[in-house]
Amino acid sequence: MATKTLLQGVNDALLQEMTRDDRVLVFGEDVGLNEGVFRATSELQKRFGKQRAFSTPLTETGIIGVAIGMALYGLKPVPEIQFADFMYPAFDQIVSELAKFRYRSGGEYPCPVVVRMPYGGGIRGGLYHSQSPEAYFCHTPGLKVVIPSTPADAKGLLASAIRGDDPVIFMEPKKIYRSVKGEVPDDEVLIPIGPARIAQTGTDVTLFSFGAMIPVCMEAAEKAHEKLGVSVEVVDLRTLYPLDEATIIESVQKTGRAIVVTESPKTCGYGSEIAALIAERALDSLEAPVVRVAGFDTPFPYTLEKLYVPDALRVFLAIQDVVNYQ
Amino acid sequence: MVTKTPKMTDPKMTDPKITEKPNPALPSGYSGQQLVDLYKGMALIRAFDERQLKLQRSGRIGFCVVSTGEEAVQVGVAAALEKQDWIFPTYRQHGMILQRGVSVTDMANQLYGNANDRCLGRQMPVHYSFKEINYVSLSSVIGTHLSHAVGAAMAAQYKGDDAVMVTFIGDGGTSSNDFHAALTFAGVQKAPVVFYIVNNHYAISHPVEEQCAAESLHLKGVGYGIPSIKIDGNDLLAVHQATQEALNRARAGEGPTLIECDTYRMGPHSSSDDPTRYRDAAEQEAANKACPIGRFEKQLESWGLWDDTQDKALWTELEQTMVDDTNLSENVGEPTWESLFDDVYAEVPPALARQRDEFMARESQFPRENEGEFPL
Ligand SMILES: Cc1ncc(C[n+]2csc(CCOP(=O)(O)OP(=O)(O)O)c2C)c(N)n1
Repeated sequence: MATKTLLQGVNDALLQEMTRDDRVLVFGEDVGLNEGVFRATSELQKRFGKQRAFSTPLTETGIIGVAIGMALYGLKPVPEIQFADFMYPAFDQIVSELAKFRYRSGGEYPCPVVVRMPYGGGIRGGLYHSQSPEAYFCHTPGLKVVIPSTPADAKGLLASAIRGDDPVIFMEPKKIYRSVKGEVPDDEVLIPIGPARIAQTGTDVTLFSFGAMIPVCMEAAEKAHEKLGVSVEVVDLRTLYPLDEATIIESVQKTGRAIVVTESPKTCGYGSEIAALIAERALDSLEAPVVRVAGFDTPFPYTLEKLYVPDALRVFLAIQDVVNYQ
Repeated sequence: MVTKTPKMTDPKMTDPKITEKPNPALPSGYSGQQLVDLYKGMALIRAFDERQLKLQRSGRIGFCVVSTGEEAVQVGVAAALEKQDWIFPTYRQHGMILQRGVSVTDMANQLYGNANDRCLGRQMPVHYSFKEINYVSLSSVIGTHLSHAVGAAMAAQYKGDDAVMVTFIGDGGTSSNDFHAALTFAGVQKAPVVFYIVNNHYAISHPVEEQCAAESLHLKGVGYGIPSIKIDGNDLLAVHQATQEALNRARAGEGPTLIECDTYRMGPHSSSDDPTRYRDAAEQEAANKACPIGRFEKQLESWGLWDDTQDKALWTELEQTMVDDTNLSENVGEPTWESLFDDVYAEVPPALARQRDEFMARESQFPRENEGEFPL
């Protein structure tokens, strides 16, 4: 065990899987010699050579398109999109091709591509270096969507994604790439795609979230405990699709109050899905309306980013609202 | 490395070697004053870029992109344009804004994202928008603006206007989806547009040789039936003259032109980049020698238009102006919090109005002066 950053967790998984399986290839803009603009692909080209870890021309549709072709021919490509904001030029390949190959071929052509992309606010990146497009992917049948919030999860979930048989959109919370540290086993770690993680147990309110919003939720939970005497459960969803519905319903049955925290715009965001699920399956347990704490329905701003991204204050106020609800 | 031999596919185009050898007689078609002004234009951009980097390194602005080494492209094109012509830039043509008369302070307001920034601090630094000089707002997404330039050109054509669109893309950006879409349309529509490939040899860390296997990037234009040339992009007058010809063609209804400007990115990709990771010092050193500013300054001297004393005075003055003018942007304060919700639509829709009103009524009561600090 060593204490590592989330970024190192990602890098560990890539090193581990490339060592284990020579069908694993890593590529994307600046990932070779430059080792990625965030250095997530450190050491890969040095250790595995240019054939297995390389920088590509500037074409996201090309990156995903060739990854699909490689997967069809039996490789395990792990392409990187430099920022989630730049996956849109590849959206057609992801939505029309990657997600649908298995289905349209009656299972003859599975497409196990793992697309890594840093996402979210927190680096003063303005409109185009900050977005959280998870909802688009979750709305696309055929894709699994995974977002870690701890270094160990980053390693274990990414390794599982690479070993799986389905396409996975693996979104990395870049705000906490380096700020979140934790123990990461040196040995092989595999954390299954699917189950949520209960980051903290509580009895009065449940916060459902993922990625960079987990530390925000933890802080808000602590403040709520300190200032309001409220016991907050924090559920880190980790896999957005397929969703761990059982854990969500059980938690709501216990606490009776649910808040979903996401940084993407509120309307049709991922929080809407969780709220709908709870309304369908656990309405009788609710003691207050389900609340979505989210980004505003605006593009992601530069100077006023601090207002846009949910912070512990906004989550705290929501906790206060649901516990005071009559 | 900067290629000195231009590859020409259209012999009608100006010979870019025109200024290769310093000529004691002035180049034809230019007055001495014009030549000096062109030089000052490049110096202005360099001084602005140096100031940007200083502001960024000292933590006063969050991010910046400099265009060091690419001044000749910007000044050469800007000097040939007419007022009604539009610019669809990338993040590395901000020098053209200065050429079109916007003040350093107005630009610095954008870098600071302050209340005086006309885009209300919404975009990252260097993502300018200045409608009065036809400098069109840009996104960070590489390539998307190219087809916009073609559409605007088609609109000008449709309206019978005399306007030409000029648009820029890096060597890396020639691999993007919209590069191909734009050239496809422009060729077929004979749109009055000029495409510039600013080949500075790198897309962040990725060298142009690994970006495209073609012998030269301008050949991509040939493939779409667009007259295309490669010129020495560090040769100010070559850029200027090639642009004049392309604009003339466009105005005469002869359609688009593609001009590949061979240059070199002398600085980092952006303030976040460390070029020592991927290119060696010797290469950079050689490129510094090909710097378009040093080169043109020598030419001015050989034409008897400029000397060392004038040069020193110019740089000293520019440095001071940059400090003074950017300082004016420093203590302006941030845009109003309500402004976050404007301009998403022509009118704020009800759901967004509710988000705004709830936010202003409650959360805005709490100051957020120190990021990460819990205000309760
Ligand atoms: C679609 C898209 N993909 C990736 C990026 C990230 N990115 C920003 S600049 C850049 C390199 C651009 O290189 P080039 O087009 O040669 O222009 P230069 O920066 O050299 O002027 C990359 C990959 C982006 N902004 N947009």
